Amino acid sequence: MLQDKDRIFKNLYGLHSWRLKAARARGAWDGTKAMIEKGHEAIIDEVKASGLRGRGGAGFPTGLKWSFMPKQSDGRPNYLVVNADESEPGTCKDRDIMRHDPQLLIEGAFLASFAMRAHVCYIYIRGEFIREREILQAAIDEAHNAKLIGHNNINGWDFELYLSHGAGAYICGEETALLESLEGKKGMPRLKPPFPANVGLYGAPTTVNNVETIAVVPDILRRGAAWFASLGRPNNSGTKLFCLSGHVNTPCNVEEEMGIPLRELIDHYGGGVRGGWDNLLAVIPGGSSVPCIPASECLDLPMDFDSLKALKTGLGTAAVIVMDKSTDIIRAIARLSYFYKHESCGQCTPCREGTGWMWRVLERMAKGQAEKGEIDMLLDVSYQVEGHTICALGDAAAWPVQGLIRHFRHVIEARIDEQAAKPIAPWVPVAAE
Amino acid sequence: MSVRRLAADQPEGFAFTPENLEWAKAQIKKYPDGKQASAVLAILWRAQEQMGGWLPEPALRYVANMLSMAYIRIYEIATFYTMFNLAPVGRFYVQVCGTTPCWLRGANEIKDTCRKLIGQPGQVTADGAFSWTEVECLGACVNAPMAQINKDYYEDLTPDSLATILANLKAGRPVTPGPQNGRQASAPLGGPITLTDAELYKNEEPDETVTPPPASAPAKSGKSRTPRPR
Repeated sequence: MLQDKDRIFKNLYGLHSWRLKAARARGAWDGTKAMIEKGHEAIIDEVKASGLRGRGGAGFPTGLKWSFMPKQSDGRPNYLVVNADESEPGTCKDRDIMRHDPQLLIEGAFLASFAMRAHVCYIYIRGEFIREREILQAAIDEAHNAKLIGHNNINGWDFELYLSHGAGAYICGEETALLESLEGKKGMPRLKPPFPANVGLYGAPTTVNNVETIAVVPDILRRGAAWFASLGRPNNSGTKLFCLSGHVNTPCNVEEEMGIPLRELIDHYGGGVRGGWDNLLAVIPGGSSVPCIPASECLDLPMDFDSLKALKTGLGTAAVIVMDKSTDIIRAIARLSYFYKHESCGQCTPCREGTGWMWRVLERMAKGQAEKGEIDMLLDVSYQVEGHTICALGDAAAWPVQGLIRHFRHVIEARIDEQAAKPIAPWVPVAAE
Repeated sequence: MSVRRLAADQPEGFAFTPENLEWAKAQIKKYPDGKQASAVLAILWRAQEQMGGWLPEPALRYVANMLSMAYIRIYEIATFYTMFNLAPVGRFYVQVCGTTPCWLRGANEIKDTCRKLIGQPGQVTADGAFSWTEVECLGACVNAPMAQINKDYYEDLTPDSLATILANLKAGRPVTPGPQNGRQASAPLGGPITLTDAELYKNEEPDETVTPPPASAPAKSGKSRTPRPR
């Protein structure tokens, strides 16, 4: 179990002040200038050596991503864009970083921008986080006034940080949709290639990173890659913010080591499953986009990218949604399908039509008003959506449905049988005209 | 995807107040020359705030002019992004999260409460005080169920606590945003069981520490916490 001294987010719960002075007392902005003096490549190498993988869901190695940015400018500037459009159902970790420890994010953005030779960084925060935006802007202003960032700052790398916001579109969490939105358009994802590292914001090389990814960078550089890599499991190193929601006794956010067993996470931090471990039905281990797993697979499950991938699910954003046996699992997934139908940008036909189609079929299945043959048809449609769209929203809409059918086909079938066994409504005689 | 159209009744015109105009110009300066369109969401949002929570058609035209954008581009944006309300809303606009993590913890009861106390979704009460709608995940899942009322999140709601909040808002009495069950932010109910090592905070000055709300139990070390059953 992670020791308090190894935690990066020391003010996760907001028991202490978010202001610059307190953040510095907790260690932020300590020795930043010395890190800059080591040079661009040294920082990228250190991040590579730490084994940090992106915390926004895909788990792509961060140092490698940074190394794709051009080292020589062809006249276009390099940009860092921080993805603070946290909207994945189950996930609420970036919000706590921004409202309680914003200086970690700001320092991380500064260091990451320096590593990628960017002088300008935009943070794109979701529109609903109005109070978080106010705090983050105030924190940016504080760092500016203290000359930690800005033109001619004391750290020796000119750096401007701007806060931009969305207006209620889940799709803008997809990196190219985010760039479109940041350019003042509808958030419709772009085709890749070209990748943002070549053609990103305003056609210039851009890297988009999640808030948590950026916010852990200063501590990795301060304490060393070896410290970060010593936590967690091979290829899944470091600490991670887990969000425990749903049917646990004490839902909460907590920073823990990667690879912590799911049961320990739920029992120790979540206060156990409501009604005890035996009352567990299923868990969605990484935010709504990953397939659910039944209780039987949860016992000794290490929570990291590779272990969950082996179970055909994923760590995603590490948002653990727990469902006890009182849950109508078909309805739970149908509600997620409604979410994806609502949030599809409408650009690609398989997603625009498929998300609504899957939702409507699931709504019928929740009532048992379906044919058993439709279960395989639904599965087939989900495979036609998956992988046939510009961005991953199509995949994200298909996976929960696939997880449901993979593990809970018997529940759907039982409900259809139950409905079929109900007596037909009595015939009501109607008087002839 | 959802079908969104402009309201049938539209006001005559729209113009920013001088303060908002100045603010909008400062927003445009965040972006490189010629990329003023990047400020569109922020400026439309400010226009919506000035209008008391919704975007009329003249405001879309006004912002299009200001940013040298074609009207159709602004129209696309206003209909694409769901935080832009295209018809008037109540002075207190209640957005209830109904996505699965909130649904698991009773979002349906919260919606029923809104139906009972406010009316049908989208309908503004006769006194103009309230309207409500169901929205998709607002990103406070460990504090479910929750609702956003204007700028603030109200978390860990029950039908009763929501009713109290609505009554207080209506009467102009103060309300406290955040968790309604005495929790400290996203810490577990009963107080944090991590981040209890005083060593982490030894350099902080006492006045820098934010005192937790009185209802929340103080942070204690050790693992003696007994989770309160629901």
